[in-house]
Amino acid sequence: MSDTIINSDIAQPEEKVYSTLNLGPTHPATHGIFQNILKMDGEIIMEAVPTIGYIHRAFEKLAERRPFNQITPITDRLNYCSSPINNMGWHMTVEKLIGAELPKRVEYLRVIVMELARIADHIICNSVIGVDTGALSGFLYVFQWREYIYEIYEEICGARLTTNIGRIGGFERQWSDKVWQKIEHFLKEFPKVNKEFEKLLVRNRIFMDRTINCGPLKPEMALEYGFTGPNLRAAGVDYDVRVMNPYSSYQDFDFVVPIGTQGDVYDRFMVRQQEMWESMSIIQQAMKNIDRSQKGEFHGEVPEFYLPEKAEVYNNMEALIYHFKIVMGETDVPVGEVYHSVEGGNGELGFYLVSDGGRTPYRLHFRRPCFIYYQAYPEMIKGGMLSDAILTMSSMNVIAGELDA
Amino acid sequence: MATATNEQTQALLDQVREALAQAIGADAIVSAEASYDFPVLVLKRENIIAALRFFKEQLGYNFLTTLCGLHYPDQKGKEMGVMYQLHNMPENKRIRLKIFFPESDAEVPTATVVWPTANWMERQEFDFFGIRFKGHPNLKRILNMDDITFFPMRKEFPLEDQTRDDKDDSMFGR
Repeated sequence: MSDTIINSDIAQPEEKVYSTLNLGPTHPATHGIFQNILKMDGEIIMEAVPTIGYIHRAFEKLAERRPFNQITPITDRLNYCSSPINNMGWHMTVEKLIGAELPKRVEYLRVIVMELARIADHIICNSVIGVDTGALSGFLYVFQWREYIYEIYEEICGARLTTNIGRIGGFERQWSDKVWQKIEHFLKEFPKVNKEFEKLLVRNRIFMDRTINCGPLKPEMALEYGFTGPNLRAAGVDYDVRVMNPYSSYQDFDFVVPIGTQGDVYDRFMVRQQEMWESMSIIQQAMKNIDRSQKGEFHGEVPEFYLPEKAEVYNNMEALIYHFKIVMGETDVPVGEVYHSVEGGNGELGFYLVSDGGRTPYRLHFRRPCFIYYQAYPEMIKGGMLSDAILTMSSMNVIAGELDA
Repeated sequence: MATATNEQTQALLDQVREALAQAIGADAIVSAEASYDFPVLVLKRENIIAALRFFKEQLGYNFLTTLCGLHYPDQKGKEMGVMYQLHNMPENKRIRLKIFFPESDAEVPTATVVWPTANWMERQEFDFFGIRFKGHPNLKRILNMDDITFFPMRKEFPLEDQTRDDKDDSMFGR
């Protein structure tokens, strides 16, 4: 009986039939404009070809025609989930070029804003991982607090999403008492919410089954592909720009760099979650050591770049001259090339600035973390299921604005 | 461990230059100087891959931070350039390598043989500067449309429509 089955005369088809699936460019599950042309064997991904550039806006070229202070709004639109970090990174690049030294208080103010931005960035990424695993309520719950962080930005600089926060040389105005109250309130209330969010997901059987071993990344591969930020740390490499090359007085703060072991979606989630706690601790440390009165310094002595107060402009010859020079973009800058990097929401955000002494950069190159690591995506999802590919992408925190620059 | 001081950068520059001269020959190095907190070495184009390999495999510069194209139309014979930035993570040392070559012969050996991450970085510089990376597995435009015929980051490419005469900003530099 069994012989007849094995020696069947009916020829079995040898070639597999693959289907092509267009995931994107505008797919609700990719959270942005990403296209991937997938070659599928049933529900298994055999090959993925990403197409990027859908929202390319030629930032590097635009920057070559803008004075330094007008480039800050461009940086807003890179990783728009944490614009303040990009803004500060750019200010610090220019300050490095011109050799400006800022007061400690300004650097601490910057640290507070950057850590708030990191929390806002991680809130989005982690709650979206929740959404993609089927837990929408967590997303809506923590999103209120991302909104609250935007209110803090608004109180500081008047803008919410594309913040254009701060200036070369410091902040545009003194932080009001309302700002400090709001930050206090945030530090008091957000830990409860974050803990509740963790309770919802961290030991949740469905969430764990869904994310553990999904989209894993080995540390060797992560380094070869230029991963940085939480994704690299989740793979087990403890590289953090804030620790390796401290900027803006990060060396004064005591914080832990969390790392993962498997580099899978769960580890990436956990690393970000832990980083939020560390960020809160950094903000608390900065608040402890800062003068919150209206008398504290909020900018450094950089008269050639920092716009003087209006009252000064009307009554003081020098201030008028500086005002004119800054507005018309006639400030002299040194000739040279400088690279400065900050730990952005999703990795090392670098600015390579070549100055020929003119009013605009001669060349400005952005090292955009997710442009560099998104190229590993096809390899990471190969052989996995389609639904895992969606989850892997959201856990990598790929932001279209930064990807396409 | 804040930003490297001038002495540290200079010491790193001397050390790297000597090691590189021994490994691939002193005549491969065109110039070497410290620029802010980075040692910058200008190399000859034909030696770049050997140098990158040497840095990665012998000196522990395991990470390619970034890579970008440069265009200096006034430097005759060396109009185009590529900048590579490497990072030795365990020892926290960073260096910058540069090569220059004529615009008429904008061809560079690919660094994808050393780091897979160079793949998209090189595609980007091909897309914007028209630098052809020889041996690249998939040298296609990446951010721009496939059918544009120019390289927008080159200096001769105007940012705005140059036929317009209602805007005159010749007063304000570039």
